[in-house]
Amino acid sequence: MSVPETITVFVPRDAAALAVGADKVAAAIEREAKARNRDVHIVRNGSRGMLWLEVLVEVRTDHGRVAYGPVRAADVPSLFEAGFLAGGDHPLCHGLTSEIPFLKNQTRLTFSRCGITDPLSLEDYRHYKGLTGLQKAVAMPPADIVKQVTDSGLRGRGGAGFPTGIKWKTVADATADQKYIVCNADEGDSGTFADRMIMEGDPFVLIEGMAIAGIAVGATKGYVYTRSEYPHAIAIMEEAIAIARREGILGPSVLGSAYAFDMEVRMGAGAYVCGEETSLLNSLEGKRGIVRAKPPLPALQGLFGKPTVVNNVMSLASIPVIMDRGAEFYRDYGVGRSHGTIPIQLAGNLKHGGLYETAFGLTLGELVNEIGGGTVSGRPVKAVQVGGPLGAYFPPALFDTVFDYEAFTAAGGLIGHAGIVVFDDSVDMLKQARFAMEFCAVESCGKCTPCRIGSTRGVETVDKIARGIEPEKNKVLLEDLCNTMKFGSLCALGGFTPYPVMSAMTHFPQDFAPAPVREAAE
Amino acid sequence: MNVRVVAVDEATRIAAIIEDCRHLEGPMLPILHKVQAEFGYIPEGAKQIIAEALNLSRAEVHGVVTFYHDFKDHPAGRHTLKLCRAEACQSMGGDALAERAKAKLGLGWHETAADGSVTLEPVFCLGLCAQAPAAMFDGELYARLDEDCLNDIVAEVRA
Repeated sequence: MSVPETITVFVPRDAAALAVGADKVAAAIEREAKARNRDVHIVRNGSRGMLWLEVLVEVRTDHGRVAYGPVRAADVPSLFEAGFLAGGDHPLCHGLTSEIPFLKNQTRLTFSRCGITDPLSLEDYRHYKGLTGLQKAVAMPPADIVKQVTDSGLRGRGGAGFPTGIKWKTVADATADQKYIVCNADEGDSGTFADRMIMEGDPFVLIEGMAIAGIAVGATKGYVYTRSEYPHAIAIMEEAIAIARREGILGPSVLGSAYAFDMEVRMGAGAYVCGEETSLLNSLEGKRGIVRAKPPLPALQGLFGKPTVVNNVMSLASIPVIMDRGAEFYRDYGVGRSHGTIPIQLAGNLKHGGLYETAFGLTLGELVNEIGGGTVSGRPVKAVQVGGPLGAYFPPALFDTVFDYEAFTAAGGLIGHAGIVVFDDSVDMLKQARFAMEFCAVESCGKCTPCRIGSTRGVETVDKIARGIEPEKNKVLLEDLCNTMKFGSLCALGGFTPYPVMSAMTHFPQDFAPAPVREAAE
Repeated sequence: MNVRVVAVDEATRIAAIIEDCRHLEGPMLPILHKVQAEFGYIPEGAKQIIAEALNLSRAEVHGVVTFYHDFKDHPAGRHTLKLCRAEACQSMGGDALAERAKAKLGLGWHETAADGSVTLEPVFCLGLCAQAPAAMFDGELYARLDEDCLNDIVAEVRA
């Protein structure tokens, strides 16, 4: 009797898969395999990012990995009947995973391993070119690392788009007994999940990026500040850090070099404003997450008053590939002054929602209608919010806007953390404008008046417009209030809340018409 | 059981948590998270103990506790249902679903059922925005939440 062949089956452990029953699917596969006397090895990988297909189960075959999805536990017996362990056909089969157009057409640099590997297998990480960037970094003068990052054209992926290399140089040039690397993983924007996905799907790439940053600027300690709403990301990051420490990637001698670097994960406590870098630093220090005035820049006086690099997860996770493949390689992707790739998150009312990493330069319309496949409800798209709760709403008339930093600024918006939330024609834009103000009022740290008071007055003014109380006068007042918030607020919370409010009012004036007209139109 | 014994027990448990976190830089949030995990909320008495240990005023600790949505001043129900109210979930009918959840549970936001069975909380984004609407029930995530799923949750709460 021949020894039965072990077949590798992948069932993601990403929160997006767990939330639709991945653990139950994995258990069902195990149970069924046992009952049928088949030798199956289940790998809990990260997510491929095709979230409409979760739970996306893959089977390793001689031709490559074959995808099945969305799989529910109840589908598992029929998958076995169809011979899925050999890549057999089934109504849920999508053929080779790598050939699915949504995935095939991407340029995955930052997410190159996500969904392919076991996120906690250092062996997998090394096999897929992990740690080569860090190996190069430890053998280089730190100033050359900073130069390479500067030359790559990488700009902060958190929203502001500030050149990462320049930030690093400021910290590197500062003299201090202690410097810090702080990773802003406080991904609170609705419509965004790239940080969560990389932390759950490829945590070592973030660790590697932070270690490189530490070596480049002379920091020996790093913190990942993330959200209490992300328990799975926290657990995987902590496990990965422990492994990295054990394997000499973190600790007193990074990869056997003279550099020391260690890091830990810190959990926020449900305050949206802590995604703002100075508020985040106060929170890390154990204070109220109140925004600090700048200057002093965090690069010079950051965490505990020490020079600190504060970078978003995506920025730091892009560092290893830049170090590995070179600044030129990364810089060659993109358009204008937006270099490299950006992991775009397609969310909301979309047929094909998920993570799409691509070079800058696609249009908003291509992203929504072609890649995202239009609305899942089948109704026409009415508005698209780009960049989270502080991002502008775009009507389909602006779908030719090119996805890069400058084009979005010119169109009165921002790309923020590159989340796109699609709404169909059932959305009431006045309600969305009210929500933006209400959210700002709930989440305001309270330090500056335009944000603290302005947001509450904003809710009241939108309510007056909705009730038809002097609507024309109140629309002028709302616009004036938005200007005050935009130019008078200390940080992006109060400063950018006007984007969704003003864009809703400008592009969808019919929703702000006086109440009798609104009712008549319905 | 008299009140003093409870207070002494509480103080001992809080002191142990502080001792556990003392070596950390910026230990306040880790301490508060552990206290909340231990008691289900931040007992009023904890503030003074933490203040003394960290060389702060009680007012400063109170300020931190009240700043963050996660820290509660009273225990939650046996179950906690958090429904996402952010934009991506709104785009998929999250508001209507939330209204139905409120009606089924007979609760408003931040309210706990009279029998202590369940607390209803809003949450702003669980990072499941491509599979909206989303919820978290007793720490477990639920995406593509629909009426059936909601009914199952309500049934579990009532069980």
